[in-house]
Amino acid sequence: MGTNEGGLLDKQFQKAKQQAEQQKYQQMVQSVKPKQTWLKNAIAAFMVGGAITAFAQVIQNILQAVGLAQKEAGTTTLVIMIFLGAFFTGLGIYDNLGKFAGAGSIVPITGFANSIVSPALEYKREGFVYGVAAKMFTIAGPVLVYGFLISVIIGLIAFFFQ
Amino acid sequence: MGSTKRIGQRTIQFADPPSVVATASIVGPKEGEGPLADSFDKIIQDTYYGEKSWEKAESKMLAEAVNMSIKKAGLTPGDVDYLFAGDLLNQTISANYAARQLSMPFFGLYGACSTMYEGIILAAILIDGGYAERVAAATSSHHDTAERQYRYPTEMGTQRPMTAQWTVTGAGAMLLGKSGPGPKITHATVGKVVDQGVKDPSDMGSAMAPAAADTIITHLQDTGRSPEYYDLIVTGDLANIGKALTEQLAQQQNIDLSGNYTDCGVLIYDPSQDVHAGGSGCACSAVVTCSYLLEEMIAGKYKRILGLGTGALMSPLSSQQGESIPGIGHAVVFEMM
Repeated sequence: MGTNEGGLLDKQFQKAKQQAEQQKYQQMVQSVKPKQTWLKNAIAAFMVGGAITAFAQVIQNILQAVGLAQKEAGTTTLVIMIFLGAFFTGLGIYDNLGKFAGAGSIVPITGFANSIVSPALEYKREGFVYGVAAKMFTIAGPVLVYGFLISVIIGLIAFFFQ
Repeated sequence: MGSTKRIGQRTIQFADPPSVVATASIVGPKEGEGPLADSFDKIIQDTYYGEKSWEKAESKMLAEAVNMSIKKAGLTPGDVDYLFAGDLLNQTISANYAARQLSMPFFGLYGACSTMYEGIILAAILIDGGYAERVAAATSSHHDTAERQYRYPTEMGTQRPMTAQWTVTGAGAMLLGKSGPGPKITHATVGKVVDQGVKDPSDMGSAMAPAAADTIITHLQDTGRSPEYYDLIVTGDLANIGKALTEQLAQQQNIDLSGNYTDCGVLIYDPSQDVHAGGSGCACSAVVTCSYLLEEMIAGKYKRILGLGTGALMSPLSSQQGESIPGIGHAVVFEMM
């Protein structure tokens, strides 16, 4: 009995010692790691994200000028932007843009197109069913699932509290 | 009698040290633009290497590197008793499919990026033990096959953190025998799995550094040597961050590595090549060891090298389940006699 307790204590002691050692190492890692370039990244994301959305606004304005209603012009603009995102992914340009812009090119709908087209391209060699079709939503899938979930929750809130 | 082949905690001292008979290295275009370009045997310009997929290209490079090393030695595949090979892909398909083509008695290995050194140690044991005349050790990795297995599709527009490393595209092969023109393998220290709780899969240098430091320190204790005994101590793919941490960890044990320590992941790329922390992958230590390092030994620049293959033994699954990354480091002593 006594020895068992001693063994248990010893085990706990060893575990605590190991945790302390790991914590010390993590601190060492933090001191060696290069600092993230937050400001540079934020500026790049703001500029590129802004340019993409400003471009979309120009398209929408042109469509409205040629006679489309605002809602129709908005939908058509989305379709055009999705096409462009997919097109530049296919040309191998969008990943380079993403490397520079980060969230600036991920957040707009062109980034959503990129996240669907890039796995579709990548997994073509594994066939059209288990490759392209199955892998197409590996990255966009979670976005869709939680996007739907949040919209349902917001819909319920609106329904009960309006 | 058996005890003389083992010294200290876990170091092998070869009774009749096997020699490097020949080596071969093939690399991809990015590595071919790096500072070691002149040392590699072959630089491929197309990452598909004329194949339909990157996986096939990787396997082709691996088989070619093995054949090239055999040819350089003036031998035929029939003269090689065993092949040790492995890679990073699921079920080590690059090695398996290369071995299908090579038709040699084959041991498949998985030691993540430490595979080359794991293979060298096992090959040397077989030769010194009298079980083989000549054994080949080989490994490969490919930037794009690794990206799609471990990370994101290659065309996906993401930002890599500054701690991330760039998987080397290439294959290296080393043919060992009872005698040969290259350096001898006199000692090997087999690594233990060490895990200091690093969980970030885009910071593998930090995950592997404690294992590398542990093996270096144990090796020096087992052999009773100081770091100065070696002209060069070189780790496999810790890159900038892991290298700095290894130096600090050794310093804590009063071992000063600052004079003669480097890392293959630091050597293989130029900082201007935008690889962030440096190189990684099985091929990182393999192509640098099988080209530049041994070339410099034969040229007389280095007489004694302590080389370490370093591996991060995680999978995408273990990372998703929140596991930390275990590391390993296997050390081999190359000495010109």
